[in-house]
Order: sequence, then C-alpha cells, then structure tokens
Amino acid sequence: MISSPRPLIEVDRLSHGYIMAGERIPVLQNISFRIHDGEFVAIIGPSGSGKSTLMNMLGCLDVADAGGYMLDGQDVRQLSDNKLAQIRNEKIGFIFQQYNLLPKLSAYENVELPLIYRNMPHRERKKAVEAALRSVGLENRMHNRPSALSGGQQQRVAIARAIAGNPPILLADEPTGALDSKTGAEVMETIKDLNRKGHTIILITHDLSIAEQAKRVIRIMDGEIVEDRGAAG
Amino acid sequence: MNLYQSIKMALKSILGNKVRSFLTMLGIIIGVSSVITLVSVGQGTTSSITEQLEGLGTDLLTVNIMGRGATTSLTYAEVKSLSEIEGIKAVSPVINGSATVKKGTINDTYTIEGITPAYEEVKDFHVQAGRYILDIDNEYRMKVALIGTEVAGDFFGTDNPVGQTLQLNGSSFTVVGLLESIGTSATESNDDKILIPITTAERFMQTRGIRSITVQAESTDLVERTQSRLEAWLNEKFKSADNAYTIFNAQEMMDTLNSTTQMLSMALGGIAGISLLVGGIGIMNIMLVSVSERTREIGVRKAIGAKKRNILLQFMIESTALSSFGGLIGIGIGYGACALISTYSTLSADVSIAVVLIAFGFSLFIGVVFGMIPANKAAKLRPIYALRND
Repeated sequence: MISSPRPLIEVDRLSHGYIMAGERIPVLQNISFRIHDGEFVAIIGPSGSGKSTLMNMLGCLDVADAGGYMLDGQDVRQLSDNKLAQIRNEKIGFIFQQYNLLPKLSAYENVELPLIYRNMPHRERKKAVEAALRSVGLENRMHNRPSALSGGQQQRVAIARAIAGNPPILLADEPTGALDSKTGAEVMETIKDLNRKGHTIILITHDLSIAEQAKRVIRIMDGEIVEDRGAAG
Repeated sequence: MNLYQSIKMALKSILGNKVRSFLTMLGIIIGVSSVITLVSVGQGTTSSITEQLEGLGTDLLTVNIMGRGATTSLTYAEVKSLSEIEGIKAVSPVINGSATVKKGTINDTYTIEGITPAYEEVKDFHVQAGRYILDIDNEYRMKVALIGTEVAGDFFGTDNPVGQTLQLNGSSFTVVGLLESIGTSATESNDDKILIPITTAERFMQTRGIRSITVQAESTDLVERTQSRLEAWLNEKFKSADNAYTIFNAQEMMDTLNSTTQMLSMALGGIAGISLLVGGIGIMNIMLVSVSERTREIGVRKAIGAKKRNILLQFMIESTALSSFGGLIGIGIGYGACALISTYSTLSADVSIAVVLIAFGFSLFIGVVFGMIPANKAAKLRPIYALRND
C-alpha cells in the first residue's frame, strides 16, 4: 500500500470529558493516531469505552476539550459551526446503525439531501444520486420511501447517501448492528467494495467478527487506545 | 441550498401532516377572514350613511329661526335679500304646517309646505307631471298645489291628479303638478307632502314671516365661508341674541358621523386583529412541538452538512407558508362572508383591496415573527444531542 505523505486524519493527544453532577467524567484520554488515504480501520471497544464519543469527534459533530485533530490538513478545533457543517458535507459520509433516513422522503430524495446542502446543480445532482444508488444495487427502488424498504435496503440507501457526494472518508457506526447476519454480511461486502474503490473507511463496532474484516483494528478501552494492529506507515 | 429547495422541503413537511397543518392555519384563517369581514361591513355602513347624507345636499345650509323678542321671523323681502350675500347661489324659504285635506269622503292630515320656485333646484325635487309653483303664483297668492305621489295615490288612485281640486282646511286648491317620487331622506318623508305658494301659505296658515330657509352655496367648498357670512347677517338682524337661529350644515354632520363609523370600523378591525395574533401564537406553539418532534431529523440534516441557516430557513419557511396559506384561505372566506352579508342582510359590505392586503400582510408578518423562536431553537440544536435522541 502506498501511503500519502500527509495523513488524511491526524489525532494528537485528544481528550474529552463530560460534566455530570459537577464532576468531570473523562471519556477520552490522550488518544493519538493517524489514518491515511485508502485505509480501512475498525475502532472496536465495549460499550462505554468512548468509541462513540471518538466517532463524534472524528465526524466533526463535536469538538474535543483538548488535543489536536487535523482533517485533510485542516485544524478542526479552529473552525466555526458553519465550516464544520461544510466539512461534514464534503469530507465525511456517515453511515449510522439506525440508518437515519428521513421517513417522509424517498430513497432518491434522501440520497439527494447532502448534495442539495452542497448547492450542486440539479443535473449534476441527478447523475450523482443515480450513480450512488446504482452502486448499492437499488436503482429500481429509487422512489420508495424508507418504510417500503427492508432493513438491508435502508442501510444501503444510507450508504448511497454517504457516498453520493464522494467524500474521502466514510464513517460507519455499527452499520450492521440492526441487521440480521445475512444482510449484515451483504452490507459489509458493500463497504469492503467501497474501500477497494478507494474510499477511506472508519468502522466503529463492538463486534470482533466485524472488526476482523478491516485491515487495521484500533481497540479502545476506558477512553484509551489499548491496541493498534495493522497500522500502515 | 437555494430558496426553491427550501420551499420545496417546507411544503413537503406541511403536506406530510395535513390535519395538523390545517388546524394550525385555522387561527390565521379565522383572524384574516374576520378582519376582512368586519372592516368591510364597517366601511360599507359608513359609505351608505354618507350616501344618505349626500342626498340631503352637502352644499346646503338649513336655517331655522327661533327669533328674539318681537322679532320671531324674517319677512319674505328680507329672505329675498339674502341671495345678495356673496357665495349664496339660491335661497329657498319654507313655511311649514299641516292641514286637513279632503276630497269627497276621504280626508286626512298632511304636511303642507309653502315654497318659492327656488325650492325645485335647492331640494332637487321636481314634478313628473304638470308644472311647478311659479313666481306669479306667489305674487297673486294663487290657491294651487303640488302633491306628492303618496297623496296622489290616497286621493286619486291611478288617475291623473293634475287639474283636479282638493279641499285644504275647507278652501279649494287646484292641483297643478304631481311631484316625482324620491322616497324618504335621512330626515323626512317626501312623498306625502303638499307644496303650495309661500305667500298663500302665510295667509292660509296664519303665520307671519318665514322661519325656515334652505340656502344653497355656490359650491360645497364654499359652504363654511358662506355659513359665516350668513351668521354675520343673522347676528346683525337679531342683535347677536343667543339661540335666535340654528344653522344645520349637512357636511358637518357627515364629518361627525364619518368619524364615528370610522372609529367603529377600527375597533372591529382591532378586535379581529387580536384573533390574528392568537392565530400566530398557535403557529408558534405547533412549530415548537414540531421542532422537538423532529429533533432527530434536524440532527441527521446537520450531520450530512446542513448549516445553521439552512435549518433556520427551513423552519421559517414552514411557519411563513402556514400563515400565508391560512391568510389566502381567510381572504377567500372573508370575500364569501361579505358577499353573503350584502345579499342576505340589510348591511352592506365593501371589501377594499387595502384591507385585504393589510390583513394578508399582517398574517405573513405574524408567520415570520412567530416562526423565529422555533426556527432558532431548531437551528441551535447540536447535532450530537439531536442524533442521540432515540
């Protein structure tokens, strides 16, 4: 694997905590790692280990109390809310455990949404949405609402939404958590396929068998990295 | 994201919840339609009152003489000299009274007015058959009479009354003209009158002098100036005695009535406006509920790249669309209600474009103002809290 000279993600001694009943409860402590373009990383840890908080930080949904986070050369901690929204829109594709599709919009409209927020012109948008849905094998279900689709299909719509804007990073939070093992395996195949096509994948899971499918596994326990196996570069 | 996309999204979410959207709009619908209906009825009433008063003649001054000491009236000659006052176009003195009118076995009491030929133009009251009272009738105190349509109907049925005779308090009068039918004005009934020459009336009713004069100014604008000249002349005559005369100015009365009815319209409109405000609060309430219900949606939108202003705009457009749809439906209902009122009641309703625009503008404004708080709440939601909500 050829690693790019500048890492796509560089996390440097990231710490975060919550204030509960006047007491600070640490969630992340001195987390440091780098992820390069094209990697397939699984972040694994039991519930309460801080992996969801780490995902929020990586996804620019929240900003850490301390430490540095460089994403594609930009210091995220310095950015305004609007700039963060723009980064989420252009650099990151989210895949959630609960799919998080908007129930009143069709599959097509759900996939279209991030592109609308990006101000992509109509014609170009249509092409991108159709291409994304085709790549997850849902070109025939474009105008169905989520309620008319199976769980696996809904997750594939969510994946199409994540990749429609062609972001460098895909952030998947327990993508198979709500699916049976067969559809889960299918979704994992889709994700692996995306990695083969060059997308950088960060997979957050508590399931070892899922994590094993990644090329690199970062294990988190009590807010600290306890293992980083298969790191590139 | 452009405005077109935002509007499309807002419409989608409004149509996605039709019953709730309709109930939310109901407040605005009731508010707008009641503002339009009430103000229109107020304006309609004002204009119908104005019309009636204009029928009295806005260029007319009616002088009633009460007199002072021995001088209780003006002589015919004095009244004639009034027309030399600047700004006066015509002077119509009137002697009022009543008489028992008899023909054959029919007899009844009617209003009698002694008039001069000027009466025709000043009161705008013409004959439909026969001739008017002439100067020569006054000169020779002729016993001739003009009768109103009701009088003619009472005594002659459908026969032509011109040339027939009537007994007024026992003396014979020749009917020389039949007056046109002009119905009831704001102050009196006109069709049951008998008009005779003023000099005849003076004798006949045993009154001396004239106590009632209608003066026509050269134009409506000159009424006030003419009134003060007339007052000066009368003060001279009656040595500035209090209550020696009164002058009734139709224009003045109209102004007073207009300001009263206008105040009434404003009060009605104001009350209706309050219901519009309540409608706006209803919108805010529902929008706030909607924001909490859609926390997850907002979180997802933010996660995939919606900026604060995208969310703000989406909710603002939703509340504005609700209030403007409500406003449009309200305008329709307002027009309908006004049409019904005009058709099925004695009230008249004039829907003016200004009221429609103001009511609609106000409903839009309310949508924007009351949408602001919920929209701001939605825009400020942090994506992690919004996504965590299950």
